[in-house]
Amino acid sequence: MNLSAQTLQWSDLIHEDRVHGSLYHDPAIFEAELGNIWYRTWVYVGHESEVAKPNDFVMKSIGPQPVIMTRGEDGQVHLLLNRCPHRGNQVCTAERGNAKTFTCPYHAWTFANDGRLTRYAFPDGYEDADTAGLGLGRVARVASYKGFVFGSFAEDGPSLEEHLGGATASIDQLVETSPEGEVEITAGFLKHRVKANWKFLMENETDGYHPAFVHSSIFSVADSGIGALYGANSTAVARDFGNGHTEIDLRPEFRKLDQPLGWFGTSPDRLPDYVSRMEAAYGEDKAREIMIDGTPHTMIFPNLFIAEIQIFVLQARAVDDTVQHVTALQFKGAPDLNRRMRQQTMGSVGPAGFLLADDSAMYERTQRGVQYRDPEWLYLGRGGHRERRDENGFLIGHATDEVPSRGIWRHYRALMEAA
Amino acid sequence: MAGAGKSNGIDALKEIEQFVYREARMQDEYDLDAWEALWTDDGVYWVPANGSEIDPEKEMSIIYDNRSRIALRIKQLKTGRRHSQEPRSQLRRIVSNIEVLGEGDDGIRVGANAMVFESNLRGDTVWAARNEYLLRRVDGALRMARKKVDLVNNDKALYTLSFLI
Repeated sequence: MNLSAQTLQWSDLIHEDRVHGSLYHDPAIFEAELGNIWYRTWVYVGHESEVAKPNDFVMKSIGPQPVIMTRGEDGQVHLLLNRCPHRGNQVCTAERGNAKTFTCPYHAWTFANDGRLTRYAFPDGYEDADTAGLGLGRVARVASYKGFVFGSFAEDGPSLEEHLGGATASIDQLVETSPEGEVEITAGFLKHRVKANWKFLMENETDGYHPAFVHSSIFSVADSGIGALYGANSTAVARDFGNGHTEIDLRPEFRKLDQPLGWFGTSPDRLPDYVSRMEAAYGEDKAREIMIDGTPHTMIFPNLFIAEIQIFVLQARAVDDTVQHVTALQFKGAPDLNRRMRQQTMGSVGPAGFLLADDSAMYERTQRGVQYRDPEWLYLGRGGHRERRDENGFLIGHATDEVPSRGIWRHYRALMEAA
Repeated sequence: MAGAGKSNGIDALKEIEQFVYREARMQDEYDLDAWEALWTDDGVYWVPANGSEIDPEKEMSIIYDNRSRIALRIKQLKTGRRHSQEPRSQLRRIVSNIEVLGEGDDGIRVGANAMVFESNLRGDTVWAARNEYLLRRVDGALRMARKKVDLVNNDKALYTLSFLI
């Protein structure tokens, strides 16, 4: 299909209960997604704690584009493009550091960490240069919600909070797991590459139908209660928050269990320090409620997956090249909880993880399969007959239903049609 | 724990080399029980990410298994439902540049370079690493108390690594 025809044809490719296979492997569609999704909407970039001190910087990305996340001397967070306005050279090759300025090694042009050009070598060679227009490129809009920093290449559009909509509840729920109400991202990222389209990953994050099968190997040999959460008799709920954000809400199961820290497979006597800090911070009743409910399992469109104990940042690099950047969540004021978070994250995710290695095998198999000629469509109809609205008006269904996939594709189609 | 005995003699070097080659072959050929039996009870299997000098107690590693997690890894591989290893990666590796780096009360430190060729459903992948072993003599035989695999490209995004590296 060619690109000009495509803008007229999204409705031909995306129906309520099925999507066309080409959406996952056509390079022209990936190019169109860069323009309409990755370089337009709010995309998660990094966390404020990764640039904790003035002049800290860390290399991040928005889709295939590297982005330098910096904290200026004044404390403000900036998202800069790594391209010298002189000859296009990459200005920074360090993964992280602390620097007031970046100097391009090619001709020594120097930029402040807010992107301004501050000086260049042999200035008498530039009589009339407009230095104000020769700074580093910037991501047009930068905003953060409770420490999570997002960027949008579009000058105008919905605010970050409008974009997050109902999914703000998940971030609120998440930060409450800290006795100080703050998440920190300090444990370094595992970078797991898959030869598959990014949308297979995004959809799988809130696909409650697969764990019983893809992860049966580890459930059968480890002492894990996760499998039951996604069984046919689970009371957990799949939810479409709108704007492409989706979750598997496991709280009904954890409330039934009625065991503080049961969501984390442990109990208060194993983490006494954490429990007493939570009780001191929130009071006994509220702390108990938080420790029963646990953390969310929420996919924030298009690239931030909050997966109870870790976050995944999805980076679409090409139509069949995606990197999952994953790290343990760390909760401020909870060192004993954090240690277990790191241990469990290392065991379960990343290239050798007990869980994610097998998810990734599915991503790569589906990427190959979807290119075969027949049938051309993927079927998303599971649970259509029992979809309903919750008290907030969000669509919900059984934990194993495809409510989330259908929600993702409705939002995707709206974005792609908004040419 | 008894020391490893002199590790600088020709016989001792031969024994160490043979141990390293045997470990490599067991990995290539999925001789899983025999491989697991090479470990001491306090064995640690470590594949760092983002450099070789990170603190695995504070930062993410690709693998940082204590002895019970090593056992779990093997059990999972043996279920037949570890999908990323069904069908299994076909493997052959070369381990070379074997040197005894030192010897202490905790055992003999051995260094080597390794290259692994992996063929699976995705395609063919070459892995390169610096390996460091801590070997200890238990009931007369060498065993592995620690294996650290520093992948040369562990700062980059890596494909799934669910075979034994």
